[in-house]
Amino acid sequence: MAEVKLMKGNEVLAEAAIRCGCDAYYGYPITPQSEVMETLMLRKPWEETGMVVLQAESELASINMVYGAAACGKKAMTSSSSPGISLMQEGLTYLAGAELPCLVIDVVRGGPGLGTIQPAQSDYFQATKGGGHGDYHLIVLAPASVQEMNDFVGLGFDLAFKYRNPAMILADGVIGQMMEKVQLSEYKPRWTQEEIDKMSDNWALTGKKAHRSHNTVTSLELDSYKQEVFNHKLQEKYKLMEENDVLFEEIQCEDAEYIFVAYGSASRICQKAVQLCREKGIKVGILRPITLYPFPKKEIARLSKQVKGILTVEMSAGQMVEDVRLNVANNIPVEHYGRFGGVIPTPEEIVEALEKQIIGA
Amino acid sequence: MTEEIIIAGFGGQGVLSMGKILAYSGIMQDQEVAWMPSYGPEMRGGTANVTVILSDERISSPILTKYDTAIVLNQQSMDKFESMVKPGGTLIYDPNGITHEPTRKDINIYKIEGTAIAAEQGNPKVFNMIVLGGFLKVKPIVKLDNVEKGLQKSLPPRHHKMIPMNIEAIQTGMKSVEVVNQL
Amino acid sequence: MSVELKDIIKEENLVYKKTPVLTDNVMHYCPGCSHGVVHKIIAEVIEEMGIQDKTIGVSPVGCSVLAYNYLDIDWAEAAHGRAPAVATGISRVHPDRYVFTYQGDGDLASIGCGEIMHACNRGENIVVIFINNAIYGMTGGQMAPTTLLGQVTATTPYGRDAKLNGFPMKLTELLAQLDGTCYVTRQSVHTPANVRKAKAAIRKAFENTRKDKGTSFVEIVSTCNSGWKVTPVEANKWMVENMFPKYPLGDIKDI
Repeated sequence: MAEVKLMKGNEVLAEAAIRCGCDAYYGYPITPQSEVMETLMLRKPWEETGMVVLQAESELASINMVYGAAACGKKAMTSSSSPGISLMQEGLTYLAGAELPCLVIDVVRGGPGLGTIQPAQSDYFQATKGGGHGDYHLIVLAPASVQEMNDFVGLGFDLAFKYRNPAMILADGVIGQMMEKVQLSEYKPRWTQEEIDKMSDNWALTGKKAHRSHNTVTSLELDSYKQEVFNHKLQEKYKLMEENDVLFEEIQCEDAEYIFVAYGSASRICQKAVQLCREKGIKVGILRPITLYPFPKKEIARLSKQVKGILTVEMSAGQMVEDVRLNVANNIPVEHYGRFGGVIPTPEEIVEALEKQIIGA
Repeated sequence: MTEEIIIAGFGGQGVLSMGKILAYSGIMQDQEVAWMPSYGPEMRGGTANVTVILSDERISSPILTKYDTAIVLNQQSMDKFESMVKPGGTLIYDPNGITHEPTRKDINIYKIEGTAIAAEQGNPKVFNMIVLGGFLKVKPIVKLDNVEKGLQKSLPPRHHKMIPMNIEAIQTGMKSVEVVNQL
Repeated sequence: MSVELKDIIKEENLVYKKTPVLTDNVMHYCPGCSHGVVHKIIAEVIEEMGIQDKTIGVSPVGCSVLAYNYLDIDWAEAAHGRAPAVATGISRVHPDRYVFTYQGDGDLASIGCGEIMHACNRGENIVVIFINNAIYGMTGGQMAPTTLLGQVTATTPYGRDAKLNGFPMKLTELLAQLDGTCYVTRQSVHTPANVRKAKAAIRKAFENTRKDKGTSFVEIVSTCNSGWKVTPVEANKWMVENMFPKYPLGDIKDI
C-alpha cells in the first residue's frame, strides 16, 4: 500500500501530475496556487519521468502551450487562479473546438477583477457554462479534500481523453492551502510514442506518416453547415457525459428532511453544519456534486421529491443555485446562502440560514 | 475523539510548523488530520495562525469559529481567539507580551513560559516545542513516541539530528505548564 | 514532320516538377500575393531536407489561416497571435521535430507581440516565418504595426499618422537583440534572385533546428496588392520603393 503523507492540496496536484504520467505542465505564477509549479520545479520530473515543466510568460501563453502539447496527443496541463483562468478562456474555447484533451486547474479566489487572494467559488459559471465563446463545455471536477486533489488529476486526464475534451479541476484556496492526510497514486509511466500513435493516429501531430494523410488540429470551419454538424457532434458528446459520467456524493440523505447542495470547501463546512443541525434535531443531509459539469440533475430531481426544502451553500453570490432550481421536480423552496469576495461561511451561519430561509419561511 | 485546535501568534514563532508536527503525530496514530493556515499578505511579518484538527472520524469543516483548544502566543491572538474557545474548552498561552490576561471563567486556562524558558536555555528555536509540550501535558491527544515519529516525517533528514533536542523541549514544556483557571 | 505534344511530355524533358510536399489544392490567395511563393519554397526545403515526416507547422489567424490545406505536413491552427506559444508546447514535447510558425504582421507583431518576444527570448528550437506586408489582409486592409507612415489603409484612410498611430514597427531588429535568437534575417520573394535567397535563408533556419541552435527568424517583406489596391506589378514596385528603405533586406544576426 502506498505511503500516507501530510501534504498541501497544491503540492499534491503537482505530485499527482508526475505520478499519473503527465507529459507537460505549462504555467504562470498566481496566488493561491503558485506551489503547484514551485513543487514541480523542485521535483525536476524531467529527470525522473521526462515530464516537461515550463514557466510561461503569461496565462495566455501557458494555455496555448498546453494546446500545442495536447495537439500532439500528449497529457498536458496547466494550473492557475481566477484572473489567470479568465485570460485562458480564449485557449480553452480553441481546445474545446479542436477537441483536444487537457487538464486545467483553477484554484479559485474571490473576484471580480483583481479581487482578493482569499478562497471563493465564484468561478462556477465560467467553469461550467463554457467560459469562452461558442457552444461548448468543460468537464468540471470539484474536489473537497486533499485526497481528491490527488485522485482527480488522474481522473481528469482519463475523462479528458475519453471525450477528447478539456477537463477542469475547480478547487479553491481552502483545498489548495490546506494539508490533510493523502495516499498518493502509484506511478504510471508516461505513454510511449507508440502508445500515443495507437490511440490518436488519426488526429495527433507527430510529423506526417507515410500511411496516412496529414493531420490538422484546428477549430476553423468556414462552411456554416459543416460547423453546425460539428456542433451537433459536440452536443452528442455532452449528452454522453451526462449519461455516463456524473459523479456526486450523498451525505446523510437517507432520512433527511432538508438538504444542503454544496461542492468543494463549502460542502466540508456544510458537514459541520449538518452535525450542528442534527444536534438540534433537524434532519439535514448534503448532496455534493463532484462533477459540476455534467451536473447531477437526476439526483436533484429525486431528492427534491423527498425533502421539504433545499439550501445551496456557495462561496459566491449564487451561481450553482440556478442549476439546482432548474432541476427540482417538486414545488419546494430552493434558496441560496453564500459568503463571497474571499469570505468563508461559518457552520453556524449556515444553520441559521437554513432555519430562516427554508424552515421558518 | 475530535480535537479542533487553533494555534496563533506572530510569523516566525513556529506556529505553522508546530501545527504540522501535531498533525503528523496524529497520522502516526492512524487519525484523520487537517491543517489549515491563514495565508496571504497577512503572513508577511504579521500574525500567523493555523487550524489543526485531529479526529478518529472523517473531518468536516477545516474552517471553524469554535475551538476545543486555542494556543495563543501574542496579544492580538488573545484578543481574537479567547472568545472562540468552546465553553469547557482550553486556552493555553505564553504570557510573554500579553498585556491583558484572559478573563473567561467557563474554560480551562493554562500558561506556559515558552519564550522565557527558551531564552534561559539559550535556544529560541525550540520555543514552539516547549509550547507544544505544555499543550500535550494538558491534552495528551497524541503519544510522545508518535510525536517523535511525526518529527521524523515532517523534518527533512538533514535535520533529524535535532529531534532529541525537540523531544527534550517538549518534555520541558510538559513540566512547565501552569494552571491559571481550572473548571 | 510535326512534333506532337505526347513527344514533348516525357520524363527526360521534364524541367520543373511541383514538390509533393505541396498539395494539389487550389490556393485561395489573390493573384500577385507573396504567400504562394513562400509556401512553395518552404515545401521545397522540407522535401530537400527529407523531413516531411518530422515537420509540424503552426498556422496563424490571417490570410494564411488555411496554410494547412496547401502543405502536406501535420499542422496545428493557433489562435490569433499565439502560434509561438503553440509551437513551444509542441517543440517541448517533440524536441526532435522541426516545428515552425507561419505568421503575418498583425498576428506576430501586434496581437502576438508577447508570445513571439518570449519564444525568441527562451530560444525555442523553432523556425518563425514572418510575412510582413504592412497591412491586415484577411480582415480587409486595416493598419498593421508595420504599416508605413502616410500609408492609406481601411483604418488609416488619411494615411498613417505617427501622432495618432505610432510608428512602423521594426520587430525583427528588436528580436535580433534577444539572446535566444540564433539567426534573424529579412528577405523578399519579388524576383527569382530574391526567391533563391529567401529559400536559402529558410533552409538555413531549418538546419539550425537540426543543430538545436535556438530560434531562427525569417521575415519576408511581402506584397498585398489587394490590400494596397494596386496591380501586382505596381505592388512589387511600391514595395521596393517604400518598404525596403524602412525594412532593408539582409541578415541581421547569424551566429
